Amino acid sequence: MNKRIRNRSIITLLITVASVYFFAGLPPSMKGLKENLRLGLDLQGGTQLVLQVNVDDALKATTDQTIESLRAQMEKSGITVRQMTRTAVDTFEARGVDESKSSDFRNLIEGSYSDFDIVSTQSDVPGTYTMKLKPRAAEEYKSQSVDQALRTISNRIDQIGVTEPVIQKRGGPGEHEIVVQFPGIDDPQKLKDIIGTPAFLELKLVQGGGPYPTKDAALQQYGGVLPTNLEVLESQRAESGGAKVYYIVNKTAAVTGRELKSAGVSRDENGRPAVSFNLNANGAARFGDFTQANVGKLLAIVLDSKVVSAPSINSRITASGQITGGGAGFAPEEARELAIVLKSGALPASMTYLEQSVVGASLGADSIKNGLLAAVVALGSVVLFVLFYYKASGINATVAMILNLVVLFGLLAYLGSTLTLPGIAGVILTIGVGIDSNVLIFERIREELRAGKTAVSAVATSFSRVFVTLVDTHLAALISATFLFVFGTSAIKGFAVTLVIGLIANMFTAVFVSRTLFEIVLARKERSETISI
Amino acid sequence: MVELFKGIKVDWLGKRKLFFSISMVLLMIGMASLIAKGSFKYGMDFKGGTLVRVRFNEATDIGAVRNLLPDANIQAIRTAETGSGSEFQIELEKKSENEDASAGHDKVNAALSKSLAGKFEIRGSESVSAKVGGDLRRRAVQATLAALAGILVYIAFRFEWIYGAAAVFAVFHDTLVTLGFFSLFNYEINLTVIAALLTLVGYSVNDTIVVFDRVRENLKTRRRDDLETVLNDSINQTLSRTILTSGLTFLTVIALFIFGGDIINNFAFAMVIGIIVGSYSSIAVAAPLVLVYTNLRKPRVAANQR
Repeated sequence: MNKRIRNRSIITLLITVASVYFFAGLPPSMKGLKENLRLGLDLQGGTQLVLQVNVDDALKATTDQTIESLRAQMEKSGITVRQMTRTAVDTFEARGVDESKSSDFRNLIEGSYSDFDIVSTQSDVPGTYTMKLKPRAAEEYKSQSVDQALRTISNRIDQIGVTEPVIQKRGGPGEHEIVVQFPGIDDPQKLKDIIGTPAFLELKLVQGGGPYPTKDAALQQYGGVLPTNLEVLESQRAESGGAKVYYIVNKTAAVTGRELKSAGVSRDENGRPAVSFNLNANGAARFGDFTQANVGKLLAIVLDSKVVSAPSINSRITASGQITGGGAGFAPEEARELAIVLKSGALPASMTYLEQSVVGASLGADSIKNGLLAAVVALGSVVLFVLFYYKASGINATVAMILNLVVLFGLLAYLGSTLTLPGIAGVILTIGVGIDSNVLIFERIREELRAGKTAVSAVATSFSRVFVTLVDTHLAALISATFLFVFGTSAIKGFAVTLVIGLIANMFTAVFVSRTLFEIVLARKERSETISI
Repeated sequence: MVELFKGIKVDWLGKRKLFFSISMVLLMIGMASLIAKGSFKYGMDFKGGTLVRVRFNEATDIGAVRNLLPDANIQAIRTAETGSGSEFQIELEKKSENEDASAGHDKVNAALSKSLAGKFEIRGSESVSAKVGGDLRRRAVQATLAALAGILVYIAFRFEWIYGAAAVFAVFHDTLVTLGFFSLFNYEINLTVIAALLTLVGYSVNDTIVVFDRVRENLKTRRRDDLETVLNDSINQTLSRTILTSGLTFLTVIALFIFGGDIINNFAFAMVIGIIVGSYSSIAVAAPLVLVYTNLRKPRVAANQR
């Protein structure tokens, strides 16, 4: 055996062993296969959700907070204003600003609220300013809210203990989407309950007694028109009487969930499940002052704009508090979920479900079975044909094709790609493309032999000629596979990756391995002998 | 030596008018079907909505399932039997832009639970909002056109620009014909079908490149022969390969079509059609286009040759 053949054989052997090691371990085993080859959700079963973060919520909150903060600042600096209202998610209007202080007002906006631009001073009321969030700042807030939502969701999922979840951002600029995948879970409802709860906690002072049986009854306390600093909120659950009740509360919260340090399940004084929370230093100080000033009044514990309970303030409270379930009480599971969502932090914005895909374990198993059957039938019929048509050279093609699949699975596992159902289709297509390369070479060899060349020279000429064709065909296929990858959603990406890797593996086996096999055969024969093709 | 195609000498280019007619007829059939039906039958992932796959433990009459659905205000646009007679696909159409895409799964679950609780299993479901569906359709078209442009540039760079244009035109023809068959046979177009079409783009161009590559090789050594003869000979020389390869690839996708299961069925259908059309078009569309263009450029030479 000459040196060239020996070297090529060693390289082929090394790559084969490495590939097997990557996808099935050494020695290869079912266990190794399961560990190394990652199956997509469509094959192993599971749930995928695509959420859109409604980033306008975050802008709205920013604008609202700015109004409140600006109002306080203006009071401090003695700039009077008749009215300040938000007119769009990122725009607010200050009407009737004291005209003698207009330069002070402008300085305040430009100095302390530079995220906003004064975009207009036109109005029927003198001293009116319209402030709009700068586009760059708006983008910043939007992307922050997506990041924060991603963190919050991760926190929550960590705590309910899903194995190997995938949580990532998706989409280009202007798309605020998050993809979450839960292998092995086929009941999406529970997950959605936990992921989707905004969990924005606010502690607000209750005004004017209550609770009231209807919203109108509450409004009657103020002659039907509420002052702008108050709002009516519904209770989260029905009271013992069977109906929801209403409270009048301060719009501005004393403390919010942002100042929460921790939360956990506990028991209330009646031994029923409750949720305890601790505030951070800043929150504790403010809450201490607030409760001291309002002893004897009711404190509304507001979650996502619904009053969970409204206990009375008996004394000064600082760092810790408890949320009880009100009249009906929490079920243990409810208390646990509330603790989880509070601990993981509030979602910065509401979310919409854009996609949901659920694959039960049995459906996934069927897909694997169907895919394998199709692959075996495809491979089997192709092998039978080439053995019949190309005789001994058919063995060569078969070896090249199987090696092609081995290298394909090795690379898939090495790159950590996920095998999906479309991916299995990609594998089957790779069998087709792989055999194409061999047919191309074999037909050329036959042609050269017909033209009267010796076997050795026919093989050499064919491989060097066909190599050019193979480069062109593979590169063109690579171009379309690349666009498939760029375009694709996750399942299609899996398919595209399989195709690309299959093309690379095929280039190696068709050109390198197949030729080596021919040379091994030819090296053993006399110069004048023919080959079986 | 087993040989199916020995010493074939067919005048392919001489039949180019016949081929163009066949292609025109294929395209017209697809077009007519599309016009008659108004639109493609889009899969759930393109139009938005929910598809729930349900399996019943015992043989269940399709009417019984249908009757349950309207009761619970579920708008089922298709309830089809799949497989062993006790599996169903229930589709819910997307009603509004803002509806929660994930609600359909629970709705079907609730409706069936009313009187069939414990007798069925939801094997899986897919929901897509209308917004995502619209985006996907746009991106699918963009990706296909971008892939075609990429291939045009590559072949133009490796050969001459007319070869690139002819190859891309042929592939475009294949895509249209395949889509026509989808309309004609009422197959759904979904994401995996787009994947199949893009794969076909690559596959079909393969066939064309193999022929063109031979043309390039032959043109170098046979400067005296005119283009038509070289094209004909090149096609004949690569014909055994073309037919063997498409035959074998056809075997693999037929396996996928028959055994792959209904999730991958649309994909396999696209491949089955596309592989036949793809091989046909490299002989019957791409090569003749190169000849027609070259003859138009040099009308005098072409006239002399005749």
